Amino acid sequence: MTTTHGAVLPDTAPQQDGALVELRNAGKSYGNIRALHGVDLAVHPGKVTCVLGDNGAGKSTLIKIISGLHQHTEGEFLVDGEPVRFSTPREALDKGIAAVYQDLATVPLMPVWRNFFLGSELTKGPWPVRRLDIARMKQTADEELRAMGIVLDDLEQPIGTLSGGQRQCVAIARAVHFGARVLILDEPTAALGVKQSGVVLKYIAAARDRGLGVIFITHNPHHAYMVGDHFSVLRLGTLELSADRSEVSLEELTNHMAGGAELAALKHELAQVRGVDVEELPEEEDLTAPVKTSPAPPAYPASPEGTS
Amino acid sequence: MSMTQHAAPAVTTPPAPGAKQTDGRTRERPLLLRLLARPEVGVFLGAVAVFVFFLIAAPSLRQGSSMATVLYQASTIGIMALPVALLMIGGEFDLSAGVAVITSALTAAMLSYQLTLNVWMGVIVALVVSLAVGAFNGWMLVKTGLPSFLVTLGTFLILQGINLAVTKLVTGNVATDDISNMDGFDQARALFASSFDVGGVQVKITVVWWLVFAALATWVLLRTKYGNWIFAVGGNKDSARAVGVPVKFTKITLFMLVGFGAWFVGMHQLFSFNTVQSGEGVGQELIYIAAAVIGGCLLTGGYGSAIGPVFGAFMFGMVQQGIVYAGWNPDWFKAFLGVMLLGAVLINLWVQRTATRR
Ligand SMILES: Nc1ncnc2c1ncn2[C@@H]1O[C@H](COP(=O)(O)OP(=O)(O)OP(=O)(O)O)[C@@H](O)[C@H]1O
Ligand SMILES: [Mg+2]
Repeated sequence: MTTTHGAVLPDTAPQQDGALVELRNAGKSYGNIRALHGVDLAVHPGKVTCVLGDNGAGKSTLIKIISGLHQHTEGEFLVDGEPVRFSTPREALDKGIAAVYQDLATVPLMPVWRNFFLGSELTKGPWPVRRLDIARMKQTADEELRAMGIVLDDLEQPIGTLSGGQRQCVAIARAVHFGARVLILDEPTAALGVKQSGVVLKYIAAARDRGLGVIFITHNPHHAYMVGDHFSVLRLGTLELSADRSEVSLEELTNHMAGGAELAALKHELAQVRGVDVEELPEEEDLTAPVKTSPAPPAYPASPEGTS
Repeated sequence: MSMTQHAAPAVTTPPAPGAKQTDGRTRERPLLLRLLARPEVGVFLGAVAVFVFFLIAAPSLRQGSSMATVLYQASTIGIMALPVALLMIGGEFDLSAGVAVITSALTAAMLSYQLTLNVWMGVIVALVVSLAVGAFNGWMLVKTGLPSFLVTLGTFLILQGINLAVTKLVTGNVATDDISNMDGFDQARALFASSFDVGGVQVKITVVWWLVFAALATWVLLRTKYGNWIFAVGGNKDSARAVGVPVKFTKITLFMLVGFGAWFVGMHQLFSFNTVQSGEGVGQELIYIAAAVIGGCLLTGGYGSAIGPVFGAFMFGMVQQGIVYAGWNPDWFKAFLGVMLLGAVLINLWVQRTATRR
């Protein structure tokens, strides 16, 4: 399979015991809602773990445990083999775990550059007069955003004035900048254009090549298959599939996500509705066709992302 | 960062030679509009308008000594309006701020008089008490997740009751005893309530403290980590927490800052009048909040400045004294206040819409 996956560095060979982050039989209840139950997940350095699943399957809940936003109520959560229980995201960040949340976690009225460095501000000077290093922060934020193909005229503008996709890029650039060991991305490409989605996938590959562990949540199996080393599919809060890349094909993955039979039924149903061009829907061949080498994702008209 | 080098060559289009690359869709907004979007500009214009109005309406206000009175009046509100404004930017407000001033003054007065201690002992204990009240407010807020309105309404009532009851219990009176003969009084008075001469005009030292605190607050707000956190916890505390801002710490320390302000103003009152009336302070909290809102701070948090409330407090002092010097019925003050507040709120609303226009 030739994908952006291409150059795997020799030192990133599988290390089964050296998991950066591991969940063992973990679960989480929100009051009487059991959002997650009996989930095993391991994130290894230099590997991309993809988490897939329907809306409400528990993907965000899963990563919120790892990023310290929520705490697990069942099972074990280990970082570097040590059981941990983060009470704030700060503790996760201090261990080099950074996340892009689905709701982006930005403060709308604050300028772009302040949002970028929020919680990890750069300072200069000795204590009583220790102050923000504004010039350096603005420059870094600008560079990181330009590297993503986002050019902003004015980093002073409130982040709330940016488009949804631009805001997402800021959140991603921020996590990439601060994620020293583990990078968590919750549907990072949901609002992005083709070019920016490509950049995000490249970032994921680059982070992996630098030896980071990446957790990539997406509704798009094509995106997942382009960069993923391991695939975990959640359904109603439990693991439906947990397989290495070698054990699963793109077609199988897609089927697991949508349920192959359901997809066929859907196609049949849509055929009854006038005006819907069934030819546009993926056929079996489309699902098995080799993934293109271009960093930009192939534009499948009916990619499951559209249903999210 | 190596990350950047990885991705940069492929995705960055070559920048136009020479000029800095921009996306070219935004016209430079007119300078006036950009200026108006600053939180303190609206109130600055308002303050100038009120200033000019009363200079014309009340000729006796043009003297230096009258101006000193206006500034003094403004400073007693302004010193408290600063921490109240920071707290408001941090997304909370404190209804106990008015009576907390009196609590602090009562503590210092009774402790030093009744135990015949050096007044500095009383001053220091009062500081501890004030900070503790602030910490309690903040702690209750972050522990329970209740809105600050409820938590501080509770503290307001508790303190109001304690002020009256304990004073009655200790002194048998509604006011504390005169402490002007106690050890250390003169020193403390020099710090909190003295005057100095500027070209023949007596200026109260609180005016200096007010401006020093305002400068400090501005620096903290715009140039430090902590200031960044204040905007963040007020703008969106869940997002702030998610990116690692210590939200609880920030909120609790903001309430303690209000405690510090209450202590300072309390000490000023004690050392300028020598005694404290235990029933005072009620209603002052709303004046502080109004000064902060008039100063361009968003009641819902996340937006504002420390300079704005300085102008806000100045407007207060100006109106309060202006009415007196113009020979009008002082009852008009509250009506003026209401008009100023509504005007400020409308300007805030407009500014917020302009600033976040997409
Ligand atoms: N804060 C919360 N309180 C109560 N229930 C919650 C909370 N957050 C999530 N849930 C519930 O947990 C379940 C899983 O939610 P989660 O956000 O993890 O889904 P998801 O897989 O990320 O979905 P999506 O693809 O839509 O983002 C849902 O049923 C949701 O209602
Ligand atoms: Mg989600």
